This record gives sequence, structure tokens and C-alpha cells, in this order.
Amino acid sequence: MNTGTAHIRQLLSNVLDPEVPALTIEDLGILRDIQTTSDGFEIFITPTFTGCPAMKVIEEDIEEVLRAEGITNFKITTILAPAWTTDWMTESGKQKLKEYGIAPPSWSTEQHLKAMLSGKKEQVHCPFCDSSNTRLTSAFGSTACKALHYCDNCHQPFEEFKCH
Amino acid sequence: MNKSGLTQQEALFEYCLRIGDTSLILGQRISEWCGHAPILEEDIAMSNISLDLIGQSRIILTYAGTVEGKGRSEDELAYHRDARQYRNLLMVEQPNGDFGVTMAKQYLVSVYNFHLYEMLSKSKDAAVAAFAAKSLKEVAYHLRHSSDWVLRLGDGTEESHRRIQEAMNDLWYFVDDMFQSDAIDDMLLKAGIAADLSEVKKKWEQMVHATLDKAKLVLPVANNSLRMGSRDGNHTEHLGYILAEMQFLPRAYPDAKW
Repeated sequence: MNTGTAHIRQLLSNVLDPEVPALTIEDLGILRDIQTTSDGFEIFITPTFTGCPAMKVIEEDIEEVLRAEGITNFKITTILAPAWTTDWMTESGKQKLKEYGIAPPSWSTEQHLKAMLSGKKEQVHCPFCDSSNTRLTSAFGSTACKALHYCDNCHQPFEEFKCH
Repeated sequence: MNKSGLTQQEALFEYCLRIGDTSLILGQRISEWCGHAPILEEDIAMSNISLDLIGQSRIILTYAGTVEGKGRSEDELAYHRDARQYRNLLMVEQPNGDFGVTMAKQYLVSVYNFHLYEMLSKSKDAAVAAFAAKSLKEVAYHLRHSSDWVLRLGDGTEESHRRIQEAMNDLWYFVDDMFQSDAIDDMLLKAGIAADLSEVKKKWEQMVHATLDKAKLVLPVANNSLRMGSRDGNHTEHLGYILAEMQFLPRAYPDAKW
């Protein structure tokens, strides 16, 4: 990485995910790469879910941050491969999620896919009281990337950032 | 259409339409439940599944437009083709019926897509492989959700059992259409791009039969010979009504922008 891309990366470390504003697009693994091109920079991003309605907003937010610094010679490219996975979420990202009140993904993608087929359900810890005495209410929540749970220990409903 | 005379590029365009149209029409169908589901969680679940499916169709229809090379965008393909030009499976255009019919349909198609995408994720066409690998993760959630409901309704009350069994019986007429392959499949299979539908069928049957058994449902028997033709654009009457609603706005106001 040369100083140019490092500078861009530094600037983009302030771009938050519009639906989970506790995390940056880097924490989430949405920002994949920054490369220098013959006439500037190319920024590669990838969607969490195919229908994620936040992608357009994320692009606009990146543009806004860079233009505010007078940087205009860049291009944003959306890539699909390799497919986004919660395995890319940074440890600090997971910690921030928990503090925000959302349980971070508890399993690796591989464990999760195996469990999906066997019908086994992951043990999710309540972000408020850490209890594992929780149950899945619905695998689909307020955004594509979250599931709904209920904690039978502290009697709080909570969301989980689901394994993907 | 004389399919044997198609170039590989033309065949790939058709192949992408089959996948994209199936996702789009199923997504549009499930979205009809928005605001009407029996419980709030289910309303949210179906809207989420619909969003995933429409997201998937956007990717593969965009790619179809690129492959075709005539400058057609995802929107042009979605909003400016008539029923005869649509290539979705007959199964997905069937009416939602009650909740049991909707979940039975979602389950049968999710099992199909799960195995299809698993194979396509190894496609020699990089864009098809990327699409399939990405979509597979979402379909795994759809599969688990709908199979949970098939078990719950099948092995539930007398009434829920009766309804989901009837749903399976009625939908079974559209199963053969899912696995009907033609010259396009053959050409792309040889090129390492398409999935072998006879393999998808084996895996589909294995999974579906096991679930129906567990749900205490009887495997339906149906004579399907007349209910085929989605690959040639021969649809049931239901597709036209879906398109009329889905395409109204962009056709009535051609320059409308979000």
C-alpha cells in the first residue's frame, strides 16, 4: 500500500454503515480494497446481502467524504466475489456491535452453513447480560443482516447480526 | 426459437433470464404478503426473503443485459418484456393461496435454488459463479425458514396438516417443469457453465422426500406432462396479472425516475 491509498483508507475509516451506524464499512468488511489507477484511485466495495438497500447510500457517503477533501479522481466499483461473509468482521467491530446492543455473529460461516443443513441452531449470547439462555424469535429482522432473539434470562428482546 | 442454432452467448443470455426471472417473480409474489402476514415476524420474514430474491434477480438480469450486448438494463428486462418473453419457472407464478401454499412453494423452490446455486458456484463463467456463491448463503436462510414451516404445519393440527398437504398436491403439477432441460442447458453444461438439472433433481428429491416424511406428509403423485414450458415462455394465466401490476408504473410513465 502506498501513501496515497493509505490516506484514502484513513479518510474512509470514518464512513459508517447507514443501517448499523455503530460500525464503519471497514469493520463490516464492505470496503474490500483501494488501488491506484493511472488517473487516480479505484475503491472496491461489496454488498452484505444482494438486496441490501444501503449500497447506494454507502457509495454516496464515500463520495462525500473524499470530495470534502478535494479528492475527485476516484471510481467506486462493486464486486461480488468472493462473497461477503461475517468472518471478515473485525474484532473491534464485533465489540462495538455488542456495545451498541446487537449480538455479534457467534459462529464462523463454515460452522453456520453446516448447522443450517442439520437444523442445529447457534447459541447466541445476549448482548445485555451475556446469558446463553436465549432463543431465536425469527431469522429475519429489521434489516437483511439481522435476526430477532429473546433473552430468557434478562427478558429483553435483542437483535443478532446473523452469520453469513 | 430454434435453440440448436444459438451461439453460446445467446444461450447464456437465455440461461440468465431463467434464473433471474424465477427470483424476480417469486420475490414479487411474496411481497404481496407485506402487511398481510398472520404475524408480524412472518411479515418481516417474507419481506426480507422478497428483498433477497429481488436483489438476486437484479444481479443476474444486469449480467444478462451485458451478455446480450444490446444495452438492455436490469430495469428494461424486468419492466419491458411481456409474459411470453419471461422464463421463470411455472411454480413461482402460482398464486400465494393461504400461508401453507406460500410456504410449500417457497420450500420447493428454495430446495431447488439451493442445489442449483451450489453447483453454479463452480461454474466456469466467473459472473455466474459469483452470483451463485453469493445467493446461496441467502437461499440457505430461505430454505431453513420454509422447511421449519413445512414441518410445523405438516406435523401440526389436523387443519394445518390438511392445508399443507393440499398445497403440496396442487403445486406438484409444476414440479416437472423445474427439471425440464433443453438444448440451452446441454450446450452450457458442455461448456462447464450450467448445472446438470438431472443432478439437481436427484438432490432435490432426496431432500424434499425426507422433509415430507418428517412432516408426516404424503408424497404427491401428479401427471405433469401438460404443465411444462416455462423455458419457452409458455406460462400459466397467472403471470400476466403479476406483470400487469409490477410493470404498470414504468410503462405508464416511461421516463419516471426514483
